[in-house]
Amino acid sequence: MKYEIIVVGGGHAGCEAALASARKGHNTLLITSNIKNIADMPCNPSIGGPAKGIVVREIDALGGEMGRNADKGALQTKMLNTKKGPAVQALRFQADKIIYPQEMLKTLKNTKNLKIKEAMVENLIVKNNKIEGVELEDGTKILSQAVILTTGTYLKAVILNGANKTPSGPHGEKESKYLSDSLRKLGFTIKRLKTGTPQRIDKNTIDYSKAQEEKGDSIPRTFSYDNVVYRQPKDQISCYLIYTNSKTHEIIKEHLNESSMYGGYVEGVGPRYCPSIEDKVVRFSDKERHQLFLEPESLYYDDIYLQGFSTSMPYEVQDLMVHSLPGLENAKILKYGYAIEYDAIDSKQLKQSLETKLVENLYTAGQINGTSGYEEAAGQGLIAGINASLKLEGKEPLILKRNEAYIGVLIDDLVTKGVKDPYRLLTSRAEYRLLLRNDNADLRLREYGHMVGLIDDAKYKEFLIKKEHIKEITYLLQTTRITPKKEINEYIETIPSPALKDGISLYEFLKRPEVTLKHIEHFVELNYTEEEKEQVEINAKYEGYIKKANKEAAKMLALEEKKIPENIDYEKMPNLASEARQKLSEIRPTTIGQASRISGVNPADISILMVYLRRNN
Amino acid sequence: MNDTIVAISTALGVGAISIVRLSGNEAIEIVNNCFKGKDLTKVQSHTINYGHIVDKDEIIDEVLISIMKAPKTYTTEDVVEINCHGGIISTKRILETMLNHGARLAEPGEFTKRAFLNGRIDLVKSEAVMDIIDSKSEEANKLALSQLSGTTSNMIKNFREKLKQLLASIEVNIDYPEYHDIEVVTIEKVKDSIKELKKELQNVIKESKNMTLIKDGIKTVIVGRPNVGKSSILNKLLQQDKAIVTDIAGTTRDIVEGEIYLDGILLNIIDTAGIRETEDVVEKIGVEKSLSMIDDADLVIVVLNNNEQLTEKDQEILNKTKDKNRIIVINKTDLADKLKLENNDLQNIVRTNANSVEGIKELKDKIIELFQLEKIKTKDYNYLTNSRQISLANKAYESLQEAEQGIKDNLPIDMIEIDLKETFDLLGEIIGETYSDEILDHLFANFCVGK
Repeated sequence: MKYEIIVVGGGHAGCEAALASARKGHNTLLITSNIKNIADMPCNPSIGGPAKGIVVREIDALGGEMGRNADKGALQTKMLNTKKGPAVQALRFQADKIIYPQEMLKTLKNTKNLKIKEAMVENLIVKNNKIEGVELEDGTKILSQAVILTTGTYLKAVILNGANKTPSGPHGEKESKYLSDSLRKLGFTIKRLKTGTPQRIDKNTIDYSKAQEEKGDSIPRTFSYDNVVYRQPKDQISCYLIYTNSKTHEIIKEHLNESSMYGGYVEGVGPRYCPSIEDKVVRFSDKERHQLFLEPESLYYDDIYLQGFSTSMPYEVQDLMVHSLPGLENAKILKYGYAIEYDAIDSKQLKQSLETKLVENLYTAGQINGTSGYEEAAGQGLIAGINASLKLEGKEPLILKRNEAYIGVLIDDLVTKGVKDPYRLLTSRAEYRLLLRNDNADLRLREYGHMVGLIDDAKYKEFLIKKEHIKEITYLLQTTRITPKKEINEYIETIPSPALKDGISLYEFLKRPEVTLKHIEHFVELNYTEEEKEQVEINAKYEGYIKKANKEAAKMLALEEKKIPENIDYEKMPNLASEARQKLSEIRPTTIGQASRISGVNPADISILMVYLRRNN
Repeated sequence: MNDTIVAISTALGVGAISIVRLSGNEAIEIVNNCFKGKDLTKVQSHTINYGHIVDKDEIIDEVLISIMKAPKTYTTEDVVEINCHGGIISTKRILETMLNHGARLAEPGEFTKRAFLNGRIDLVKSEAVMDIIDSKSEEANKLALSQLSGTTSNMIKNFREKLKQLLASIEVNIDYPEYHDIEVVTIEKVKDSIKELKKELQNVIKESKNMTLIKDGIKTVIVGRPNVGKSSILNKLLQQDKAIVTDIAGTTRDIVEGEIYLDGILLNIIDTAGIRETEDVVEKIGVEKSLSMIDDADLVIVVLNNNEQLTEKDQEILNKTKDKNRIIVINKTDLADKLKLENNDLQNIVRTNANSVEGIKELKDKIIELFQLEKIKTKDYNYLTNSRQISLANKAYESLQEAEQGIKDNLPIDMIEIDLKETFDLLGEIIGETYSDEILDHLFANFCVGK
């Protein structure tokens, strides 16, 4: 049996890749080592957060599954940064670790053209630098036109606590022993990365009276533009906040060399933004306490995730550490924290489409590319699924620009800059974050979703109506004027806002910092949805900043228009600085814009490159 | 789409006319925004237009402007050439004005590079172009670095360090909102930092401009009604009888120039025809020129007669010079005090008796004080050396102002941060540091966050 597309791995990247490919009508096979672990959340029980939450909205706008699925599994929902501007607001959900995977599996099973197979892939079949399929552990060969690798932390995975090193995937799952060797033979650079996870505590053994309750929002929120609320605010589950203390820190310092990390047992590079508690205590020794969250994992079992306490200490030390925490004096540890090491490829060996440069029709997404996080994985999985399909259809790949999506920022960073430690999205990685908002993901991306065939006509029509409405409101406010009449100024002074001296359009009036849409609706009736009105308000209030961001983006896009041919020979440009030559040869940027973002390539090198291109045109 | 570049395309200080040239999409708009005359966005291509280049309301120079619209131009982009009077100072000011209005200083050979990239120059010339770009940019890089003194680049680094801490603190608040132990950067805190930075940056810009003046000479104009003793003061400063000094009003009919070194700093002094209403044609030209000299001057010395009451003309001169670096000389103190200045809030007053050397030393000291010449001579003087750096510093200052405005407008802190980030990047450009992950590195090194 020959498939069009095989997806190897059933995590967040794999699910999105397989769904995208199958929904686009391609005969797809998803191979996972354990069907029970489809869409597993092996680390924190939450989805979203700053930047990451916006990625989930983008996935939804493009026709991916993560947003909808997170809505189904929500235990608690929260909009973050509400005291800041619209550009940095983002959703974070606590998600049920039983419901989320179950619902995802249901969706996969109900999808046409998609088959799921339980097996371990250990080799790739490649002929003439083109993928032809995969080989399973038992030697079975399955052929396909394209393969997407979404292997997560499973490549040569080793679990560490203290001096113990056990070859194993998360939860004691079987790891892939040989697939990374197969990749190495094909010419891929293999790196070793590390991440970690904290303890799970039995909720019945926690004294919550010593912890501070953290509730969700009182208004319902959804990731998906479908806007279906599965859990009302009143039914939400709380998290709890506690702090470490000097006793905890003493225990850690005393046993420091017993941890895998400080004992020198770890080879992989760990993420900077996700330090273990040992790291925190050592690197920030002046801090008297560190914050920890008690987060429920599921309604269906008793595990509480101890966020902020990730560690690779031996079990007996972990007992001491946990019992030093307030309210956890008698806590029972259900699962101990551990560090995990795994193989990843060098993401600079990928094209912007996530196809590998070395092997045609082979795509990779998620942790294998050096990222971390469910959302980052899902975003890449979706793009890899879309682009593998488009390739088979003979179409150009979907490449999101840095001013269009966090997913675009993520992939461009991966292929242009590469990663040293596991990569997490942050708002500051986006130079145009004001354009990449939680509220406008559909306006940015739904068009693409429809174009590639993941957003159906009915949904697309809804979207077009929304766009039309936004135009209407804008026009209405721009053309409706208020004048300094007595009754108008009397109302304005109650806002309070300075009285008018001249006539002014409502749109201009809305730009006043103290004026909101509610005040505008005093003058004109707006029978539109809150979301539609919000767009107009944001556009008016931040007009100057948005214009500036668009102008900067236009500069960047102009450079993106200047393509560099694939076969360019940098050795033939004698004037290039040697560092630039080496970097350009390695990364092989496809546009002048991408070339200019490579560190070590300076403006003079770009000039030389442009002149060279022109001369050889 | 290319950004708009600008450069002085004639040799500076040589020849009677200088040309400032712009190329790019916004070339016409940028010039039009600082031009008094026809609306340049509406004139025909390949026309020459008369008018004045202005900075805010101040006239910088009388100019002829050639508008050449794409594609039939040297670079095939919109090109504007400003023909101005050849002086170093006014030409540089025109360049600075263009930079402040959004043009970017062209790299060496960049006009030619664009001409080539846009297909205007044939292939044969390309090697030569390559050589220019290659050698010049190397050279320029070296120059840019070597021109910055250690103290200056340390000072800029210091600014950036402060900003970096502030930015990282704001970013950590954005990306890790759940961390209660991390101090929340309040608008108040940002406000104070901006104020402090603005002040420091303003000093640097001011001192840098002073330094440019020092290198090119301080253009000093002596103005006053006829026969108040302008030429005598000039002569005392020059210690030679260069101007014709008589007590007949209107003797100085032309502009008299002289140079003195004040503690090693060059002063270009210009005596002007006495300002008064006159029918004498020759003298009239001189008077008009006097008034226009005031606009151009770095320092104006206004001479008033101690022996006469303040006239309308005196008042006019005082009004016209009130925003300039100005010293008021009350001359003829050997005669009876009839001058009353109560209604004017005047600073920097020096009293002289031009018939002796009385007061001349005070005048020199005042000049030294006004331009902080003492400070310039000391080695720790902080300054930026070229137009590129000063223009970047100006832009950095502007983005700080925008941040301040944002605070006034009640914008959320992440919007204010956009302006601060811009300031940070611009300062980085001055010293050639533009590493994109700088703030992130700082964030992870200094804040304890993560699961």
